Order: sequence, then structure tokens, then C-alpha cells
Amino acid sequence: MSNKYIGESIKRVEDPRFIQGKGKYVANLSIPGMLHAAIKRSPYAHAVIKGIDTSKAEAMEGVVAVYVGQQMKDDGIGSLPCGFNPPDIKTAPHMPLAVDKVRHVGDGVAVVIAESPYIAYDALDLIDVQYEPLSAVIDPKKAAQPGAPQVHDEIPNNVSFHWPLGTREEINAVLASADKVIELDLVNQRLVPNAMEPRACVAQWDAFSDEMTIWTTSQNPHIIRLLLSLATMGLPENKLRVISPDVGGGFGSKIFHYAEEVIVPWASKQLGRPVKWVSTRSEAFVTDAHGRDHVTTAKLALKNDGTFLGLDVTTYANMGAYLSTFAPMIPTALYITLFSGLYKLPVIFGEAYGTMTHTVPVDAYRGAGRPEASYMLERLVDLAARELDMDPIELRRKNFIQPDEFPYQTPVAMIYDSGDYPKLFDSLEALGDYAGLKAKRDAARAEGRLVGIGISGCIEASGPAPSQVAVGLGAGVGLWESGVIRVHPTGKVSVMTGSHTHGQGHETAFAQIVADELGIPMEDVEIIHGDTGRTPFGLGTYGSRSASVGGTALAVSAGKVRDKMLKIAAHQLEVDVEDMVFDRTTGTMHVKGSPEQSKSFVDISVAALMANNLPEGVEPGLEETTFYDPSNFTFPNSAHIALIEIDRDTGQVSLLEYAAVDDVGKVINPMIVEGQLVGGIAQGVGQALWENCVYDEQGQLLSGSFMDYAMPRADGFPMLKVSRNETPSPTNPLGVKGAGEMGTIAATITVANGVMDALAPLGIRHIDIPHTPQRIWQAIQAQSNGH
Amino acid sequence: MQSITLTVNGKSYTRDVEPRMLLVDFIRNALGLTGTNIACDTSQCGACTIHMDGMAVKSCTVLAVQADGADITTIEGLATNGHLHPMQQAFWDQHGLQCGYCTPGMIMAAAKLVENNPGITEAEIRHGLEGNLCRCTGYQNIVKAVAQAAAAGS
Repeated sequence: MSNKYIGESIKRVEDPRFIQGKGKYVANLSIPGMLHAAIKRSPYAHAVIKGIDTSKAEAMEGVVAVYVGQQMKDDGIGSLPCGFNPPDIKTAPHMPLAVDKVRHVGDGVAVVIAESPYIAYDALDLIDVQYEPLSAVIDPKKAAQPGAPQVHDEIPNNVSFHWPLGTREEINAVLASADKVIELDLVNQRLVPNAMEPRACVAQWDAFSDEMTIWTTSQNPHIIRLLLSLATMGLPENKLRVISPDVGGGFGSKIFHYAEEVIVPWASKQLGRPVKWVSTRSEAFVTDAHGRDHVTTAKLALKNDGTFLGLDVTTYANMGAYLSTFAPMIPTALYITLFSGLYKLPVIFGEAYGTMTHTVPVDAYRGAGRPEASYMLERLVDLAARELDMDPIELRRKNFIQPDEFPYQTPVAMIYDSGDYPKLFDSLEALGDYAGLKAKRDAARAEGRLVGIGISGCIEASGPAPSQVAVGLGAGVGLWESGVIRVHPTGKVSVMTGSHTHGQGHETAFAQIVADELGIPMEDVEIIHGDTGRTPFGLGTYGSRSASVGGTALAVSAGKVRDKMLKIAAHQLEVDVEDMVFDRTTGTMHVKGSPEQSKSFVDISVAALMANNLPEGVEPGLEETTFYDPSNFTFPNSAHIALIEIDRDTGQVSLLEYAAVDDVGKVINPMIVEGQLVGGIAQGVGQALWENCVYDEQGQLLSGSFMDYAMPRADGFPMLKVSRNETPSPTNPLGVKGAGEMGTIAATITVANGVMDALAPLGIRHIDIPHTPQRIWQAIQAQSNGH
Repeated sequence: MQSITLTVNGKSYTRDVEPRMLLVDFIRNALGLTGTNIACDTSQCGACTIHMDGMAVKSCTVLAVQADGADITTIEGLATNGHLHPMQQAFWDQHGLQCGYCTPGMIMAAAKLVENNPGITEAEIRHGLEGNLCRCTGYQNIVKAVAQAAAAGS
């Protein structure tokens, strides 16, 4: 089976519009008569709303309306729903505009609709909100302690859910009998996703047809439409059209159904005019769902020879002030289920408490649960290697699941599909020159420099599946994907996918798949996505699912198209269909052994239109739809290594070298995959070294702008060396695994382990991330002062 | 309101603007040139970078009235006679973009960087783009793209 496009680094077909400033982002949309919304937000983390006086704002010239939460509630607007509800979860309403209380800085209390955005923002200052401030709780563990300020009456002690996997008795027995138990308390800090495009929403109510069109910056417009219909707006789904055109990055933060996606269409319906809202960056910091924010206690039990025996982990996961769309899934089904890593770990007990605090809601951010799992496990493994005085790679190798043990059932529910972890580390040791790095480190140490090597081996579960299990665990939707292939009579092809691209290059990669499956030029294939009016229901893009689930749906549809074309061609050539061959390099169909007896792709496209000479029982037209429901996740895996140097006087960390070998299965476009891995690594390094979302005790966000929240910048990196090992996933016919999150999952712990290795000669065991100069300097001072 | 006259992508415009209007809002809303994006409100990200009188500037940090009489190029005006600017071509060739949102500002900043320093080194590229944020690429392919464009120009 020869491929012309799959496996090739085809330059992206979407790029010409972006490099010429023709991107179709929501903020660029302008509709005649359009009004502009600005939202009044709470300056308090926790306060009772005693009253809101909007009269001065309403009287301002150019202001069309000012609305408060009670008006929306009175009109029947519903609560923003949580779409993943494990057993016994406690939930509370989340109104798009707060009605009685505000629960985090940035909670919306009123909306101004005006003729221009400048006027709308001016009017915000004329709204007088009387607050009665209350005390706040920020830390996810402290929130669950007796006497902590309560976020919702409906959620006693702020504990929304407790999710255990395994049994306490079993792990206790292992811990009691083990030679060694490595213990670690750690904080996986809160992050702000910060896609470069701030969120935006435009809504246009059509009173003539009672239809609402909403343009929104979403990774999954069908889910937004479903939730608008089912939960918030209450409009029939078939009267709602949600469009997500070009979206400027998401990283998870644009999965969720946000308040503005209700406020803006509701206002448009009230006023009969289009309404637009564009987030400022300052608003984004206090309204986009944040990521991570775990407080964890972990124990690894092992034998003196390094054999792993068991793992015991308790995590308090910060949910923020409200349960965001998929929030409870992250520290449960996407976290604890990854605790086995690349290893045979016979007994695992993991539990997560999801707690409410007076902070911005926390939900999926690139990796979503899996970086937290890798960080915890790989820190423990590194500490174990140090304690046993073993080479950290040797300790890992000793415990790897072996290539002949797949499919491998872990004690935490997952069944790994494929992998070759020893070979992965062989490749890493070669690519990163492990022996050379050790020599460099030792030479540097001899000079008194603080240099360390960071190593990690990580597992990812990508393309969440199957629907049966996900819904059983609490998901409100299945996890399949749709793919439609429409062959036009001219032989040109339109492809409709429920996946959504916001940087991942689907318009190129999906066209590569379809063009190869049908044997036609890529230029003849157009990918259509992100519009509920043009595509069948689909679940969208997150969890590194698009290639394995969305791509497979298209490959299956292409197979159906081929089968039908072969039937028509066989009929017209008067042979049995079994005697026909579909040539995937040219799109022609010919009789086996007689290439001259053939029909071209266009011949049969036309024949399906003419419909005057079709075999019995074959319908006219050439359009096939697949709803592909994968049977399992896929399991990408990685081996990363970094060389780190710390400036002893300032605590400044320099990333000197970085090498990564990732197994993301078969690859459709190596250039795009490498771009995903490198970009992912940069985000992971950001968490290790710079990024930190900080609240003070009153719940004020101290890192609320790019001046205070340290984003990765171009001068923070050396050239990264990235390579791939391929073990095809047997789960899908393309053999692909997810590629979008592996870099992020692996890089944070790789760099963190490197920093700790650099500090090990000073006797410093652990510092929480981010490893900022301040934290490192303080640790060095404390150590040298004997504290 | 104040009247300003300026040249954008070779075309002269005269408009009345509020004295407080930001140049980026003028370019996007008054002229409809939406290729220049906005991604922060603290002049940190560089998404709105344009060329003004021969310099790369962040157009969120200039008032429209300050641009009275200026000669401005935006991303829409960078290609000439239907031919991509070498920097645009290099970003495409090197996969220097993913979501594309930072890209116009990044290309405008990079184009001026190379123009001012044709023999630019990797370290100088990284330092020179330190004021432009990208969340997707990890900068690696952006650095390669700028190096390609610099090589093409030399």
C-alpha cells in the first residue's frame, strides 16, 4: 500500500492566509449594525452583591443597554453545566452573570452593550456595585479543612468529589513490607494557558427565522451548541448555529462553555442586533479556565534492588470557584489512570479530592492530568535512583514494561496498546549523547559549577475512549468523531470533520489522509470544519484525539467511497467487483491483471451523478459518513533528557541542551508532528522554570498580565533535538497515536529533574516548580546556612 | 475628534479620530485591516507589530494621532506585486507558525530585525524576538525561518 502524501512533510495549506494577515479570527468579524459588549467584573474573590446601580451607565450616550444576572435568570437562562460528573459529585449553579454572590476575581456581574467598544468600557466605570466582602480560600487542601470559607452552600467543606482507585488496605500492606519507601510532598502549580488569541464571541439573532448564529473561539463548536441548547440558552439545537473559524490557539482553554457564550447571544436576542465581545488579556487572566493546581502527597515503595512494588498518592485538586465543563475529569480519569507510567507497578492506590476555592475555575490545559501524573511519578523515580545510588536510566530500564508484554493491563484501568520503551531509551541515549552529557556534567562539577542532567520517561493516554467507559465514569458525551467525504461530480472532494484545527494543521494532514485513501491530488481535497451548519455532530479537538479519532473517521469514510466506486466501475466494465482493483496512487479502478480496462476517479464521480448505469441496489451520489468510536485510548510515550546549568550566585537556570525521542505511532506529517513536539516542550519548560499563577490570601490575582506571568520567550531555549520512534498503534487503522501533548507532559519533569540533579551535590532534595531564580537562590542560601 | 492623514500600505487616508484611539484599533476598525492582531494590553506580546516610518513598532502603544503624517506598512502590505516577502516565505517553508495569531506581528518584527542586521546570528534572532510571544511553536522554527530569510537576503 503505497502512500504519496502520508508520511511526508507537506507544507501547510492553511499558511498562506496566516502569513498574509488574512486569518479569519472571530475578533476580525464585523457585521452591519453590530453592537459591542463589555463586562463588569468583580474585584473581590468572595463577596455578597448587595445592589447594582446601572442607571448612570444606561444614561450614557452610545450605551444601548445594561443587563445584570437577575434579568438573565428571570428570562430562563440556565447554569453553565459540568459535563463530567463522577458518582456522588456535589455541584452548584454557575450563572453566566453572578446573581447573589461573586466567587472569584473576574466573576461577571453586569454587561454593557454599546455602539463602540470604547463607549462600552467607559460605561463600565459608571456601574455602581455594592459588595459585602467575605473571606476567601485559595489553596485546594486548606479549602477542605474545617472552618475554611465556604464557596457554595451546596458543596459542604468545599469537597465536590472524592475519586479513589485501588484500595487503601492493599497499598498499606505493600508500604509496610517494602525495603524502601520514597516519600514526596509536592505542589504542581497553577498555570494560565494563554493562547495568543484572546477569547471572543459574536452573536446574531435572526428574528425572521428564529435562528441564532454564534461565532466563538472554540475547540469544539458542536459541544458548545449542545450545551447552549441543553443547559444555558434553551434554544432548540436545530435553531442554533455555532461557528469557530480560525482559532488562535487553545491548549484546552477553548474547550469549555464560557459565560460570554451565553451573555452575548442573549443580549443579541434582547436587542435584535448583532453583538460582539472580545476579551482583553487582563480579562483572559481572570476568566479563561486555568490549569494544574495540585497539592499532592506521594509514596513509591520498592525493593533494595530497585524493583518497584507500589505507589500511594493523594491529591487535592483545585477546581476553582465553579466546576468548568470537564474539570472533574482531569484529576481523576486523566490523572490517576496514568500512575503506572512506563513501568510494571503491581499495586497502585490513588485518590483525588476535587475542592472548590475562590479562584478562576481550573480545567484541562495541555496534557490535562497527564503532566501532573508524570511529574509526580518521575520525581519519585529520580529520588529513588538517588537514594539507591543507581543510574536513573538503569532504574527506569529495570522496571519497564517489555515490548512483548503489550497489550498491557495496568493496575489503574488502562490497557496500553504498544511501545518499546527499552529501544526508546536506546535512541535517547544516542540522540542526547548520554555518556557525553555525563562527562560534561562531571567536568563542570569539578570546576565547581552547578550542572545537572534531567531525565524522564513518560506515558500519555491520547484520544480518550471508549464512549462506553467514559460515560460510565461520568462523561456527558461519547468520545467518537464524525467524518464525511463528499465527492463532487467533477471529482473534487469536500471533507467535513467534527475535529477542529486551531494550529494543529488539520487542513493539511487530513487532506493528506483523504488524498492518499482516494488516490487523488491533495489540491482536490478541501477540509471543512468548525461550523455546526456545515458539519455533522462531532466532539472537536482536545486530548490529542484528532488524528487517531477524527483522522480514522475520514479514512473509514474514504474506504466506503472506494468500495462504492469499485462497485460502479465493476458494473460498467461488466466484471465482478472482486476482480477489480482500486489503485491508490492514481485513483483509477481497473480489472485485476488488465490495467487497460479501467475507469478513472472522475469517470465514476460523473457516473454516480448520471445514475443511468448503476448496479442494482446502489444509490446515486458519492457521499459517505462515518461516526468512528475508538475502542481504546492510544498511548504515546517519550524519553527526554536535558542538560541544565544553575548560576550559583543568582539562581538563574540555563537550559543548555535538550533531546527528545517520542513514540507517537505512525506519523502523517513529520514536519507538523515535530512542530507539535517542540511547541509542547516549550510549554512544559515554561511550567518548570517560569510560569506561575499566583493569588494572595484575599484571592487577588498577582500574576494577571504578561508583565507578571512569565511566558516562555525566544531567548529561553537552545535548539531542541527531537526524534521519533514509531510503534504503530493497533487501535486504529492509521496506526497513529496523539502528538499534541507528549512534549508538554515530558518537558516539565525533565527540566525539573535536571535542576534537582544540578543541586544534588548541595544536598537539596526537592524544590517545587517553577524553579525560578528566587526559589533556587533561597534553597541554596538555606542549605549553606545549615537550615 | 482630530483629523489625521497617514499612508498605510502605500495608500493615503484622512480620518477623524478620538485623541485616545490606539493606532491598532484605527488600523483594524477604521481601515478594516484586521491582519494586525491584538493579544495583550501591556505591550508585552508584539502581536500588533507594524512598520512605522521605517521602524517596527507595537501599534497598541501608539495613539492614532501620533501617526499623523506617518508612513505605515502592515502585514497586508508586506508582499509586493503578489510575491511573498522573503520573511513570509521563510515562515511558510520552515513551519514557523501553527495557529497563526502571533504570526503577522512576528513576521513584521523579524523582517525589520533582519533588515537592520543582515548577518544576524541565532542568539541575536532569539534576543531580537524576545518581545514577541508565541505560544505554539516553541520559537525553534521561527528562529530557523528568520535565519532562512536572512540568508536569502544576503
